[in-house]
Amino acid sequence: MAKPAIALRHTPTEGHNFANGVVSVSTAAPASRISLRATPLGANSFGKSLGLDLPKKPSGSAAKGGKFALWLGPDEWLIIDEKNQDISLVPKTASTQLSAVDISHRNAAYFISGNGAENTLNAACPRNLSLSEFPVGSATRTIFGKAEVVLYRTQNNTFRMEFWRSFTPYVWGLLLDAARDSNN
Amino acid sequence: MNSTSQQAFRVKARGSRIGARSVSFTFDGKTFEGLEGDTLASALLANGVHLMGRSFKYHRPRGVLAAGVEEPNALMQISRDNSKTTPNVRASVQEIYDGMKAQSQNRYPSLNFDIGAVNNLLSPVFVAGFYYKTFKWPAVAWDKLYEPFIRRAAGLGEAPTEQDPDRYANRFAHCDVLVAGGGAAGLIAAKAAADKGKSVILCDENPEFGGWLLSDTDIRIDGQTGEEWSAEMVRQLLAMDNVRLLARTTCVGYFQQNMVVLNERVTEHLSRPNVELPRERMWQVRAGKVVIAQGAIERHMVFPDNDRPGIMLAGAAQTYLNKYGVAVGANVGVYTACDSAYAAAFDLAEEGVTIPVVIDHRDQVSDDIRAQAKEFGIKVITGAHVYCTTGKLRVNSMSIRHHKASSGSEDFEIDALITCSGWTPSLHLYSQSRGKPQWDEATRRFLPGESPQECVSIGSCNGTDELADIFVEAAEAVGGKAQKPKIEDDVPTSSGMVGATGTSADKGKAFVDFQNDVTAKDIALAVREGMHSIEHVKRYTTNGMATDQGKLSNMHGLAIAAKLLDKPIPQVGLTTFRAPYTPTTFGSFVGHARGALFDPTRKTPIHEWAVEQGAEFEPVSLWNRARYFPKAGETMDDAVDRECQTVRKTAGVFDASTLGKIEVVGPDAAAFMNIMYTNGWDKLRPGRAKYGIMCRDDGFIYDDGVVGKLSSTRFHVTTTTGGAARVLNMMEDFTQTEFPEMKVWLTSTTEQWATIAVQGPKAREIVEPLVSGVNIANEKFPHMSVAECQVCGVPARLFRISFTGELGFEINVPADYGRAVWEAVWARAEPLGACAYGTEAMHVMRAEKGFIIVGQDTDGTVTPHDAGLSWAVAKSKPDFVGKRGLQRPDLIAKGRRQLIGLKTKDPKKVLQEGAQIVADPEQSIPMKMVGFVTSSYWSGTLDQSIAMAMLEDGNARMGETLYVPMPDETIEVEVTGTVFYDPKGERLHG
Amino acid sequence: MLLINCPYCEDDRPELEFANAGEAHIHRPKDMADMSDEAFEAMFFIRDNPKGVILERWRHAHGCGRFFNAVRHTVSDKFLKTYMAGEPRPSDDEITELMK
Ligand SMILES: [Zn+2]
Repeated sequence: MAKPAIALRHTPTEGHNFANGVVSVSTAAPASRISLRATPLGANSFGKSLGLDLPKKPSGSAAKGGKFALWLGPDEWLIIDEKNQDISLVPKTASTQLSAVDISHRNAAYFISGNGAENTLNAACPRNLSLSEFPVGSATRTIFGKAEVVLYRTQNNTFRMEFWRSFTPYVWGLLLDAARDSNN
Repeated sequence: MNSTSQQAFRVKARGSRIGARSVSFTFDGKTFEGLEGDTLASALLANGVHLMGRSFKYHRPRGVLAAGVEEPNALMQISRDNSKTTPNVRASVQEIYDGMKAQSQNRYPSLNFDIGAVNNLLSPVFVAGFYYKTFKWPAVAWDKLYEPFIRRAAGLGEAPTEQDPDRYANRFAHCDVLVAGGGAAGLIAAKAAADKGKSVILCDENPEFGGWLLSDTDIRIDGQTGEEWSAEMVRQLLAMDNVRLLARTTCVGYFQQNMVVLNERVTEHLSRPNVELPRERMWQVRAGKVVIAQGAIERHMVFPDNDRPGIMLAGAAQTYLNKYGVAVGANVGVYTACDSAYAAAFDLAEEGVTIPVVIDHRDQVSDDIRAQAKEFGIKVITGAHVYCTTGKLRVNSMSIRHHKASSGSEDFEIDALITCSGWTPSLHLYSQSRGKPQWDEATRRFLPGESPQECVSIGSCNGTDELADIFVEAAEAVGGKAQKPKIEDDVPTSSGMVGATGTSADKGKAFVDFQNDVTAKDIALAVREGMHSIEHVKRYTTNGMATDQGKLSNMHGLAIAAKLLDKPIPQVGLTTFRAPYTPTTFGSFVGHARGALFDPTRKTPIHEWAVEQGAEFEPVSLWNRARYFPKAGETMDDAVDRECQTVRKTAGVFDASTLGKIEVVGPDAAAFMNIMYTNGWDKLRPGRAKYGIMCRDDGFIYDDGVVGKLSSTRFHVTTTTGGAARVLNMMEDFTQTEFPEMKVWLTSTTEQWATIAVQGPKAREIVEPLVSGVNIANEKFPHMSVAECQVCGVPARLFRISFTGELGFEINVPADYGRAVWEAVWARAEPLGACAYGTEAMHVMRAEKGFIIVGQDTDGTVTPHDAGLSWAVAKSKPDFVGKRGLQRPDLIAKGRRQLIGLKTKDPKKVLQEGAQIVADPEQSIPMKMVGFVTSSYWSGTLDQSIAMAMLEDGNARMGETLYVPMPDETIEVEVTGTVFYDPKGERLHG
Repeated sequence: MLLINCPYCEDDRPELEFANAGEAHIHRPKDMADMSDEAFEAMFFIRDNPKGVILERWRHAHGCGRFFNAVRHTVSDKFLKTYMAGEPRPSDDEITELMK
């Protein structure tokens, strides 16, 4: 019997788009992601193979050609390839210096954009997200209400928010409720 | 319309807050007219209404006393409709809007005639310490008598009976400088900080900024009135990008490290609020520096019958006149111990109000004041006090007497009486910042001392009385420099007295705390009965314990107690102020976290399929899992029975995606597994899986799950659904802190994979055609195998594994493909007669096989040995988490409870989970229990009830008959092993 | 809500991102199996509950994920110092200095 191929990923954020003139929330396309945990040596060599210098400073990030690496902890990076949907990032050979685990489907993501983006996030995120404290290129794991999220500021008024997929209804609902109060 | 509105007490020449537009509202069902900008209190006063409530304990008629948040009497139920109703709203704070319904509280059947007022006659019964003395015994009276009584008496307003339809918002904010209070001091500080480029948040609880400057119309600042000056400051601040002005915003709490919580009332004053606006917004502000500019609160005079409607604070009368254009009476007496009351009297006199007399408690007043009084033709009597007032629902006379005279008195007819004994610097926020107030003997008041936090108090709350000085102090507080402007006609508020009691404390009802009906006599009684610390006096009398937190009463109570104890005030002590500064709605605290946003509800990729199939769901930690899939007409028992038997006879498909998954990777992965799990992992070959138990170091079971070894350096670990987060946390703890030298890394993959369990004799037939990259024939892919392969063409991790005792597979596919793969599996399963099954059938089938569920059959005091899992505890490993704990004397002692099976003698009888087990049902109560039921189900497959239980020495009791006493019967049970079905485990290998 | 300085993020972060993880500097010996009952009891069960300075572990659970140590005053709730896991316990002199 022929094996049915399943071509399309269905993310839990599919079709989620919202805008109110102050802030917009849109779904991020399916992407390839890995959780990299590594020694400094492992991080360097992995960065080379990726063509990215992995950020070493807290809250740092590096980006190139649709790939970006976010510093989450001293031995942990979230690496995302927006242009590929599946396990493009997983190394073919094992290394004793690192763990690269495919989490492409673990996370879903939104873009929160506009003049009300900071206010929307600050409805439920206690961090100081002002441009001076959290400039473009900053990335951090934090919380949004009762969900753990990763925030990555891609532009002055745009954040990418990554979260575990099952939290989608909660995160989406909270973003909409917060967005209604972001013009202030 | 039943309008009686005349607004006879409206003073057209004054009222900076008031617009021209009429606003119509009801009070106790009667329609009134006020003006735009009125508070409920000012609008009622404009209509000559003083009686606004009944007191809490004695149900005495009460009028409005104050013009701000300190108001203790005029608490109202404010409603838009049944769902939008709020109790205990201060009439002096609530702005009126068209259609607002206000209802007085604490009265039945009406405000004018209240049955509860009989309590006033019983007042000798309700003395200080009444609750402590009365409600002691008998214990049974608590439920029947005391508690219902207290609850009825203690509930001031009425809670809404319908769900709150409004929205509430929360905002975390950061700023360099937060200024709490928008009076003169706050405005100056905010402007000075903003001029230096600081980010500033300035909040004020009033609708407008300016504070006392709006109440005192005589002051001139460089020739400007206070109102003009404030408006200009606000205009300038609004033009600055780095300033946020928050009106109608109360600073309710000051917490550690300059976290200050503000409550903004966004729509409470609007007739038709925009639905896009939240009703209230909670601001959680982290400030570099906090500038406290809370101002001061005026104190009343304490004298017998000082609570009749019409008796109020002098400053409040001045505010009603100047901000709202309302005269509080036509014939207004004055009783004061402070110069500031004269300003109120003169303003009223200027508008034609008769001031028959000013009674000044002090022996002297300045020549200047005497001269002004003379100009207005106002008689001033010094060294005298009011000892009596009359008037049932409104004061109509006062009787006065010189301090020195023992008899003889003078009576005055009045329709209002304004009083002032002085002003209390507001130390609430300073105290909440954990600062200790310092007593200033010169001015006889508590003032802020050092604060342990980065904050500074300025203005009246810091005891700075002269407006000119406030200009300098406020600017310097934020590092700015200010010129002293030319100030004219500023009346300082520092004079006065505390504890003002004209007569001996024992005479009449001289109220100290209006809201809790505490009199000077109650304080005296408390002192006599041995309460010598203010904390004890407070609790014994309830002085200062009402919702106003003693804003008016604390200092009086303290001074009266100090005098009776003959101790200096600071030695009697000041109670600590707590957040919130004013009562704050639950909605404001809840914010966005309501309904679906109260807690995340996690859903698997297959969730919607189950919804479409009509599944019933149950919460499992944060997840919502399909519990069973009822067919038309089926009860839950029917459905679960059918699902179990279908799985056993044919096959079933189960969404196991919620199972926790952790990827353990690195050259030391196996060594790490050896530490974390009780069993050994060295011998496990890649491609094989194993059941593992995890303990804490105390030796008790913490979690369990099946672990697949994918390669020599990579494990796919599964955990219980509820345990995923804590297991990962504990593993991280061990890698980071106990074994940092190990090269092993952890990643949560719970949500990377959708997990589809296919169980039953036809499982292979269902799965096989979908799988590529691995041969899953029985001998090639035996029980406890794992393979990385493709299912439906997508990368998959396939386990041969069983939690039902049947032949079983668990297909893990990347979650975004989960539903598609599930549907492909279902398309094969359904025609073969298989079913989808839920968590309930899963529970029954695992119990038929004696598989435990951590957290159900274990409770944190169960070792692997207790649970019959000794086979999973390695004997030879030098270390694993729990190894030492398992050797503890108690854990190896005889007689521990052990997990066993129970069969009821009557096979149809299903035990209750949690039921206790006894050996002798005839013994007297309390019986000695020997164990309890942990899991119990009806097994359709076995046609009898089955249960598991923790039983003392259970393994040695096989075959014994025991008893489970229930309220209506005693159930006989037989102790058995835990494996009820297929004890040899043959079906697994089919 | 407290602000806690994470030694790995080198920054103050809101308490909501953190989880307390009990007393610090509890040594789990490698040869645990040989511990006496008394020593095990002291190691696993017995904890100080001081009024004043406490040395405790925290995890930046919703941040960098690292466990670290902190010197906190239990009356004021003030964090006097935070430092990485594995760093030595501050000396009594240093703690006295921190409290000034
Ligand atoms: Zn950190």
